[in-house]
Amino acid sequence: MQRDKNKSAEIKLLISRIVVYLILGFLTFLCLFFFYLMFINSTRSNGQLQSGFTLIPSNHFFDNFYNAWHDGDINIPVGMRNSFIVAIASALLTTYFSALTAYGTYVYDFKFKRIVHLFILAIMMIPSQVSAVGFIQLAFKYNLTNKLWLLIVPSIAAPSVYFYMRQYLEATLPLDMVEAARIDGSNEFRIFNEIVLPIMKPAIAVQMIFSFVGSWNNYFMPSLLLNKPNVKTVPVMIATLRSADYTKFDMGKVYMLMLMAILPVMVIYIILSKSIIKGVTSGSVKG
Amino acid sequence: MEKKKTNPNRSISYAKWGYIFITPFFIIYAIFTFYPQLLTIYNSFFENYRDGLTVIGPNWVGLDNYKALFTLNNSGYIPIFKFLGNTIWLWVIGAVPQFVIAMMLALFFTSTRLNIRGQQFFKTVIYMPNIIMASAFSMLFFTLFSMVGPVNQLLVASGVAAEPINFLGLQVSVQSLIALMNFLMWFGNTTILLMAGIQGIDESLFESARLDGSTSTQVFFNITMPLLMPIFIYVFITSMIGGVQMFDVPQILTNRSGTPNNTSTTLVMYLNTFLGISKNYGMAGAVSVLLFIITAILSTFVFKTINTNSK
Repeated sequence: MQRDKNKSAEIKLLISRIVVYLILGFLTFLCLFFFYLMFINSTRSNGQLQSGFTLIPSNHFFDNFYNAWHDGDINIPVGMRNSFIVAIASALLTTYFSALTAYGTYVYDFKFKRIVHLFILAIMMIPSQVSAVGFIQLAFKYNLTNKLWLLIVPSIAAPSVYFYMRQYLEATLPLDMVEAARIDGSNEFRIFNEIVLPIMKPAIAVQMIFSFVGSWNNYFMPSLLLNKPNVKTVPVMIATLRSADYTKFDMGKVYMLMLMAILPVMVIYIILSKSIIKGVTSGSVKG
Repeated sequence: MEKKKTNPNRSISYAKWGYIFITPFFIIYAIFTFYPQLLTIYNSFFENYRDGLTVIGPNWVGLDNYKALFTLNNSGYIPIFKFLGNTIWLWVIGAVPQFVIAMMLALFFTSTRLNIRGQQFFKTVIYMPNIIMASAFSMLFFTLFSMVGPVNQLLVASGVAAEPINFLGLQVSVQSLIALMNFLMWFGNTTILLMAGIQGIDESLFESARLDGSTSTQVFFNITMPLLMPIFIYVFITSMIGGVQMFDVPQILTNRSGTPNNTSTTLVMYLNTFLGISKNYGMAGAVSVLLFIITAILSTFVFKTINTNSK
């Protein structure tokens, strides 16, 4: 009897395992299938794409790459250059200044310390679209549209990055260390740059990745500010692709352009997925 | 505090550094975020737009912009209800499967009985759509589901459909595609957050429940769910806040038109129309202020859950 019971429990477990793996398999398929199709289609010529559906790659990858890279309307090399400039500069500024601000409210005692901290937490949830109207109005008023720096500089004040850095400091920075450095006669800026920043490296790395991905993918503000071809970022170019008459397009090239748009982030993700996934949880619920 | 007593002068000079270090943040915030926010609110009380080459206003109109949002227009709908309604609906149809599946996966992954292998791989795959450029993702869905796209080719070739289906012209298919994309982009993220929440629950509680002979359903409803509640609410409301700001996916998929008949135009897409050629800062301001109020209400809930959570 006991053995039968054990056996039926085992079978039950086996069945539930199979069901779970089937569900996971289906979701994996769903997540990868559309990107797989994009990749396959980027290897096919326009003629092949018009003639039918297939899951087997063809041999026009490099033709499509050449055509996409040299397209007359959508200058993807320039777009990628602009996106890289904005994404890298924003990532550097947002992490450095958020760490600096977090250090400022954590290590130093000053009158408004607590109010400052609470204020930054309170503004964290305000959607960026709320400032957009005034921002756009000012950009047009002072002739600052089509300036990439206008997309970069605001990243210095990033409440959510501040929040993350502050939590990291609370967890990792021993205040004695700062004291010891002071006794050694280091000035406050040097202590931050040479002692605290190296300690914060893991936090900075995670936030740099998220910031890079965020600005690389950002569409709302760039679409309102950038209309000259030589300053457009990749998402804005992808949107112009959508509004063009796609039926006249070389579809192989279109798929290739989409592949190029997501490739840099994909590469980063494939290399750093472990720390990215860890970073998803670490910044959220710890209040 | 002790140091203050022993060396008051040094302590005062350090406070100065605190102010110096936080200054860049506040200068940039004031110029690029706070002042524009005030301008947004200010604008919402003025008539200020472009009609061709002529600029109309700014003229003080009080609450007229807000009234316009709540008044039946020529197209036969009340803008705010229409677009907020669309936004909520589009969020709901994506978020329901998102939370159901994410909850399921979080339970699978944390179950010691099931002992799922390859978790890192599955997590990597399901989180991936989240980091993909939303505009490229939507463009991809557009090309795949367009009249001449591979999906229609497959449907016609296999005889399922006699002729290509106009997926982007039908309300049900456009909304389903938006929901599917939002689901794919966010269920992995939700899974990872809920998993972390379940892993934060004291293991001994599960252990003693098992010794008492509780079924897994009992464990779920009496231990997991109540203890996970604060985190669940946090994840749920932040998802709502994100949902209210939904823009990229429907904007690109429908080529900014919210086809068919504005049934997939979200609140931020509506806001976006005022920032285009018409530069209707008045109406855009009013929409933004409403957006702000909605998120402020939702955020208060988030802060409440964070607070009860840390107690």
